[in-house]
Amino acid sequence: MTEQYAVAIVGSGPGGMSAAGRAAANGVSHVLFEKSDHLSDTIYKYQKGKLVMATPDNLPLRSEYEFSLGIREDILGSWDKTTETLGVNVRYNSEVTGITGQKGDFTITLNSGDTVKAEHVIFAIGLQGNLRKLGVPGEDESGLVQYQLDDPDEYEAEDILVVGAGDAAIENAVALAKQNRVTIINRRDEFARAKEGNLALISTAIQRGDLNCIYSASPVKVENGALTLSTPDGEIDVKCDRVIARLGAVAPRKFVESCGIVFPSKDATALPEVSSTYESNVPGLYIIGALGGYPLIKQAMNQGYEAIEFIAGNMIKPADEPLLEENFKILQGMSVAEVLDMIRANVPIYSELNPLLLREMMLEASLHRPKDGEVVFARNDYTNSFFTVVEGEVLIEVDPSDPSVVVRLGQGEFFGEMGLISGRRRTATVKAGRNATLLEVPRRTMIKLVNSVESVKRVLDRTAIIRQVQTHMAPSVPTEDLIELVDTAEINSFKQGQALFEEGQAGDSVHLIRRGSVTVSRRIGGSDIVLSYVASGNYVGEMAFLSDAPRSATVRAAIDNTETIRMDGAAFKALLDKSPTLSAAMQARARGFAVQNERMAQSRDASGIIEFLVKQGAGEATDILLIDESLCVRCDNCEKACAETHGGINRLNREAGPTYAELHVPTSCRHCEHPHCMKDCPPDAIHRAQNGEVYIDDSCIGCGNCEMNCPYDVIRLSAAPPKKPGLLSWMLFGLGSGPGQDPKAKGKGAKQAVKCDMCKDIPGGASCVRACPTGAAIRVSPEEFMSIAALARQ
Amino acid sequence: MHESVLVYRGFRFLKIAVLLGIVAIIAYAVDQPLGVPNGGTWLGYTLGTIGALLILWLMWFGMRKRRYYGGANKLQGWLSAHVYLGLALIVVATLHTGFQFGWNLHTLAYALMILVIVSGVFGIYAYARYPRLMTENRHGKTSEQLLRDIAELDEEARSAALTLGDEINAVVLEAANKTKIGGGLGRMLSGEDRNCPTARGLVRVEELAASASGKEATQIRRLAGILSRKNELLRQARRDVRFLALMQIWLYIHVPISFALLAALIAHVIAVFFYW
Repeated sequence: MTEQYAVAIVGSGPGGMSAAGRAAANGVSHVLFEKSDHLSDTIYKYQKGKLVMATPDNLPLRSEYEFSLGIREDILGSWDKTTETLGVNVRYNSEVTGITGQKGDFTITLNSGDTVKAEHVIFAIGLQGNLRKLGVPGEDESGLVQYQLDDPDEYEAEDILVVGAGDAAIENAVALAKQNRVTIINRRDEFARAKEGNLALISTAIQRGDLNCIYSASPVKVENGALTLSTPDGEIDVKCDRVIARLGAVAPRKFVESCGIVFPSKDATALPEVSSTYESNVPGLYIIGALGGYPLIKQAMNQGYEAIEFIAGNMIKPADEPLLEENFKILQGMSVAEVLDMIRANVPIYSELNPLLLREMMLEASLHRPKDGEVVFARNDYTNSFFTVVEGEVLIEVDPSDPSVVVRLGQGEFFGEMGLISGRRRTATVKAGRNATLLEVPRRTMIKLVNSVESVKRVLDRTAIIRQVQTHMAPSVPTEDLIELVDTAEINSFKQGQALFEEGQAGDSVHLIRRGSVTVSRRIGGSDIVLSYVASGNYVGEMAFLSDAPRSATVRAAIDNTETIRMDGAAFKALLDKSPTLSAAMQARARGFAVQNERMAQSRDASGIIEFLVKQGAGEATDILLIDESLCVRCDNCEKACAETHGGINRLNREAGPTYAELHVPTSCRHCEHPHCMKDCPPDAIHRAQNGEVYIDDSCIGCGNCEMNCPYDVIRLSAAPPKKPGLLSWMLFGLGSGPGQDPKAKGKGAKQAVKCDMCKDIPGGASCVRACPTGAAIRVSPEEFMSIAALARQ
Repeated sequence: MHESVLVYRGFRFLKIAVLLGIVAIIAYAVDQPLGVPNGGTWLGYTLGTIGALLILWLMWFGMRKRRYYGGANKLQGWLSAHVYLGLALIVVATLHTGFQFGWNLHTLAYALMILVIVSGVFGIYAYARYPRLMTENRHGKTSEQLLRDIAELDEEARSAALTLGDEINAVVLEAANKTKIGGGLGRMLSGEDRNCPTARGLVRVEELAASASGKEATQIRRLAGILSRKNELLRQARRDVRFLALMQIWLYIHVPISFALLAALIAHVIAVFFYW
C-alpha cells in the first residue's frame, strides 16, 4: 500500500527541515525527502569551519530549530540533534523525480520507483542542485574548473582563480588565500551582492594584499592552463592551477516546470511566483527558500515554519511583518499584504519581483504621501534615490524657464532614474499630484536590485533611454517619433582613454553620454590636442550626420565606466529628416562648437589644462578644489580653516598633488559622481547631501574600506582630537597650538573615517575657499571650469 | 575663474578707496579753516575720526582672518578692501595732519602708520611676484619631495664614494652632514649659501678627478655628477625658502608695528582731548 501523509517536504535544507520540524512538533503526519545521506546538503558542503551568517540581523527567527551566527559544524550538529528529538520522519537517499496530482491528492515518485501520497507538498529544493556555469569554451574539457569547494585546506601553494562576487566566492577566496596565491575575478566594479560581513572580509583581504582582485572582468575561455579574461584594457590570460567558479545557481527549471509550476519570464534567473502564503500556481504545492527567491538561511527556516501553519489553516503573519507594518504606517488602514499586492499590481518595474524579494526591498524602502503640489525633489538636487508612483500622479517640470510646462507621470511609472544612472544632479523638479503615493528606494538597495534582477534592469534601462534621449537630445520631438531611434540604442561602456570613435572614421552612430564624461580631441601637428570636455547629459557624434563628413574629431572616455547610449546613424538621420526643428537646433549647436573648436585648437594652454585635469580624474568629479599657484601665497590658511571648522582635523593637503602650468590640484575630495568611497561601506554611513556633498555620518565603524577605495587618497582614519582653547586665549596668553590642526594632539577613542564634507553645515560654503585671502583656492564643477568660455578667461 | 585680490569684483574696493581719497582732497581744498589747516578743525576731526576708525577696521583683519566661521563673505573680499582702504588711509591721514609735522607723539603715530603701509605695499608686491616664481622653481615637486630627493642623492654619493680615497669620502660626508638649507635671516633671504659644503665638495671632487685616471677617474666623475645634481636641487630648495621668506618677512614688520601704531594712536587721541 502506498504511504499517505498530510505533508510531504522535498529537500532537507534549512527551509524543508524547519517545515518538517514544525510538522513533527504539531503532530502533523509528514515525510521529509533528502536525496543525499545527510541533512542540509548545501550547508553540509560549505567549507569546513565556515562561519555561517545569520542575516538579516533584524529579522526574528521562527523555527523549532536553533540558528544563530556560528561555525558550520556546530550548526549542523545542533540541527541533527533537534531532528532526532522532534522525531522528524526523514527519508535519506530519496530523490524526488516527479510530482503529479492536485491538492489533497499528490503523488510523489522517488528515484527508487516508490511512490508516496500526500495532501500537500512543500518544495524546498533550493538552487544548489543546479549550479550556474561559466558558459565559456574549455570549461569542461580543461579539467581546470570546479564549482564547489569543500575544504580549502586541501590545496596548497597553487595559483587559484575564484570567479564571482557573491558570498560563496568571497568566502572561498579568503579561505584559500591562507596557503595559496588567489585572485578573485569580479564581473563588476564593486562587490554589491555580498553580505556586509563578507564585504568587510574581502576588502580587508585585498587591502592587506592577501589576494588580488580583478574588477570589471569576465571569462572568455579556458585554455592551456590559463583563463582568458575580457577586461576594459583588452583580453588578458591568467595562468592558474585551478579555477573555482562561484556564480550562484539557477532554478532546476525543467523539473520544476514538470510539476506544473509556471515561471513568470524566460530570464535564466527567473524564479517561480508564489503567493504570500508561499503557495505556487499549483494549489497545495508550496515553495520556500531559495527557489522562492529567498537564499538566506533564516528566511528559509521561517518560511518552513510558516508554511506548515498556513497548511493547517493558521494564517500567521510573516516574521518581518512588524517591521513592514512600521514602514507602511503612512498608508493607514492597509495591511502589509495589501500594500505589497498594490505595489506589485500597480508598479510594473517591481511586478516580476516575487513577494519575498519585494518584502526585502520594502524593508529598506519608504512610502510617501506628499501633499498636492509638494516638491518631491528639485532640479539640481543631488539626491539619488529612486521613486515609483504607486498611486496618483506626479508632475515633472521639464522646462527650467517655464514651470507651467509639465509632464505627468501616472500610476506605475518611475522617476529619479537619471540621477541614479549618471550620479549627477536631478535634471528636473518633480511635484506630487493629487493623492499621490510614492515609493522611494535608496540608491544602494536599487543598485543591488538592478544588479541582481534582470527584469528590473531591463525595464529601467529601456524607459531611461527614451527619457535621456528626450531630455538631453531631442526635447522638441514627441516620444512616438523617438521610438525608431531608441530601438537601435544600446548601452556601451568605456574605460578611461578608450575611444568612442576616432577622427577620420565614417560616422555610423551617435552617442549620448549617460554616465561619466568624454574629451574631444583632434590631431594637430602630429599630436592630440584636446578641444573640449563634455560631461554626461550631452551627446557627441552628431556632426558627421549634419555635414555628411567623416568624424572630425576623436572622442575618448575621460573616466572609467563611462556609459553612452549608442544609437544607429541611419535612424538618427531619419529623425533629423523628420524633424526640421531638431535639425536646425543641432546645426546651430554644431556651428557653435566648430567656432569654439577652432579657438581651442589655437590655444595649447587651455587644451593642456583640460588634458591635465582629466588625467587627475576631474572627469568624475562634481566639485573640485583648484588652486591657482600664481595667487597662492602658501599661507595654508585653507588647511587651518579646514581643521578649525572640523573639530581640529584637517581634511585637505594643500601642497600635495600635481600642478600643471600654474594650476594645482591639491589632495582634497572631488565629490565624485559615483563615489568610490560609497562602494562597500558596511554600515552605509556615506551619503550624498542635497547639494552634492559626499559625507560620512557618525555610524562609521572605522573599517577603512572607503579610505582604501578612494583613488584620490582624500580619506583618513582619525580619532577625535582633544578640544583646543579659543582664539583669544591663544592670541593673548599663548594657550593651545593656534589655528589649524594641532600637530602634537593625539586623538582618543575609536578611529573614524574623515573626509571633506564641503562644509555643508556651515553657512557660506567650503571654509578653505572662504578663508583663502588671495582668491587662489576655488571650488568648481569641472564642467564649469573646463568650459571654453572659462578657459578663455584663464 | 581665479581672480586676484587686486581686481576683485571689478576693482570694487579700488573704486571706493579712490572715491574716499577724492572726497577728502576736495573737502580739504574747499575748506577755509581759521588759521592753518590742522587736525583741530572740524574737517581735521572728521578726517581724524575716519582715519582712526579705518585703522581699527584694518587691524580687525587679523581677527577676521582667524575666524573661520566668519560669515558668508570670503576673506578675499576683506583683503581686497584691506589693501585699497589701507592705501586710501595715506590720503586721509596726511590731510588730517594739515602737513604739520614735528618731533612729537602725533607725528610718531603718523610715521608708524606710513611704515605699516609701506610694509603692506611690499606685501602686495611679494604676493604678486613670488607665488609664480615659487611654482616655476619647484618644477611640480613639493618641498618635501625636494628634500627627499636631496637625501637620496646624499645616499647615492656616499655609496659612489665607497671605493674612492679617504679624502673624497670625507668631502662627501661633510657635504651630506653639514649642508644646510635656510638658516639665518640673511641666508633665507639671499637664497644662497656662499660657503655651501656641497658646492665646495663639488669643486674639490672635480680637482681630484683631474688628477685621477682609469676606473677611478670614471667613478670620481660619476660622483661629481651626483654632487652637481644635488647642487642644482639645493639651489632650488634655497630659492624656495627665499620666496617663502620674502612672502612672510614683511608681516614681521607689518603686524608688530601696527600694534605700535595702535598704541601711538591711542596716546595721540588721549593727548589731543585731554591736554590740548
